[in-house]
Amino acid sequence: MWVALSYACWGISIVLALWMLYDWFKVDTTFSEEVLTSSREGELEATSEKHRI
Amino acid sequence: MTIALEPAAPAAQGDRVSLLRVLGPAHVWALGVGIVLVGEFTGWNFSADKGGALAALIVCWVVGLLYTSVAMIDSEVTSTVAAAGGQYAQAKHIVGPLMAFNVALFLVFAYTMLEVSDAILLGDTIVAKAGVEGLTHNSFIAATIVVLAWLNYRGVLMTLNVNFVITAVAYISIVILFFSVSPWTQGAVLKLNELVTPGNALPYGWIGVIAAFQFGIWYYLGIEGTTQAAEEVRSPARSLPYGTMAGMITLLIAAAMTWYVCASMMPWEYLGITYYPLWDAGKLTGSPLLENLLFVATLLAAMASANGCINDAARAWFSLGRDRYLPTWFSAVHPRYRTPYRSILFLLPIALAFAFIADLNQAITFSILSGVLQYTFMSINIIMFRKKWPLGSIRRGYTHPFHPIPAIVLFCLCVVTFFAIFLGFGSQLIAMVAFYFLISLWFHFYRYKFVRRGDQFTMPWPKPQGY
Repeated sequence: MWVALSYACWGISIVLALWMLYDWFKVDTTFSEEVLTSSREGELEATSEKHRI
Repeated sequence: MTIALEPAAPAAQGDRVSLLRVLGPAHVWALGVGIVLVGEFTGWNFSADKGGALAALIVCWVVGLLYTSVAMIDSEVTSTVAAAGGQYAQAKHIVGPLMAFNVALFLVFAYTMLEVSDAILLGDTIVAKAGVEGLTHNSFIAATIVVLAWLNYRGVLMTLNVNFVITAVAYISIVILFFSVSPWTQGAVLKLNELVTPGNALPYGWIGVIAAFQFGIWYYLGIEGTTQAAEEVRSPARSLPYGTMAGMITLLIAAAMTWYVCASMMPWEYLGITYYPLWDAGKLTGSPLLENLLFVATLLAAMASANGCINDAARAWFSLGRDRYLPTWFSAVHPRYRTPYRSILFLLPIALAFAFIADLNQAITFSILSGVLQYTFMSINIIMFRKKWPLGSIRRGYTHPFHPIPAIVLFCLCVVTFFAIFLGFGSQLIAMVAFYFLISLWFHFYRYKFVRRGDQFTMPWPKPQGY
């Protein structure tokens, strides 16, 4: 049973790793680099928390 | 346009893609306690090898003081600097870019090495349970790291929901074990008065207590990881202090129960070398149910810790990319899952490589070293924070009491811990400090010219006092 579980672990790892690589490729070819890297630090601070004392 | 507060729907071209604000205090608790709880299942007990069972108890409380200071200081600063990257973002705004770069590397190293240690522990635990000749831990290590990376890739809410459940199960198993051994009675199952006597309580004297600090850190290592969720919690000023302090209280109780049960069931000579103190305690009760419960709990605690570490290391790496301290390529956010997917994928093979080639002791030591470097920074950071922006000058979600006593206590205990690490792993300590020195030179003389200096400071604070 443990040996079978070990093979199953290899199988799951390979399938999920390939899925992530596929999704990565799909996202990078669908969206522009500008959109993907558009996150900015402190957006909440700038919009909802005004730091009024 | 920003879509940060909307549900996780695919972003269209032209939208701004941010991390999702979907977490609450329970997720913060799950992140912090999830990372740490594995330390009760293995790691803390090596302090008994360094100084005996009583030394393990002394460092449980003294290192608890260190981490309570960490939690209080962190809660104040991060409830004000609510950004992914946690202590990195704090260092950037309060100390400066070079310190911030180093702090981010401390974070990435501490969490990646802890993830590696967790995966090795999980693999070794399964192999020990199986007892099958020729069965190696590699497949279990690979599955742990890849499955958890996939979970992190798919979204932070599910990742931390899973962490909450498995952390709670692991924690409850410690409570069940504690009450199953009749903790109010000595002599039936527990034999503390026989196992810890005046003759063997401190076999190496007080220097053993100092040496025990190195592994005493494992009782609480990683609780400061809660701050990495700052950009994904709905109300950082409330959730982060609440989740972090609740996590610290939870861990102090777990640490005390763990020591009491284990020190009352195993002689210090064995307790200090076993990799599975709680699982062994479960076996020693003679109950197959408790033995299996603690076996499963050990696996769950290792999984919860690795899961939280992947989350935190990826956010620290992502933040470095977003500020151009590293190539901006790393700052990409997945338009559907709203996770730092490239950072998660980049760190995945690194963790796998270390897990396959490093041994558990080396990985633990590198993690502890980076953690303690970070805590030393935090003690200096809070002094500078209070000096530059005194109380009343900016809004704080939480103000920690007795300043500057926690900062001084934290600094002094960090110095003691460095000395303890030097006693056990002096060459690794020197190698690591040399690495950070060289990488700082690279950042200062080469990388910093790519940074947009005005853009990196995002907090709408008044000018610091004295500037």
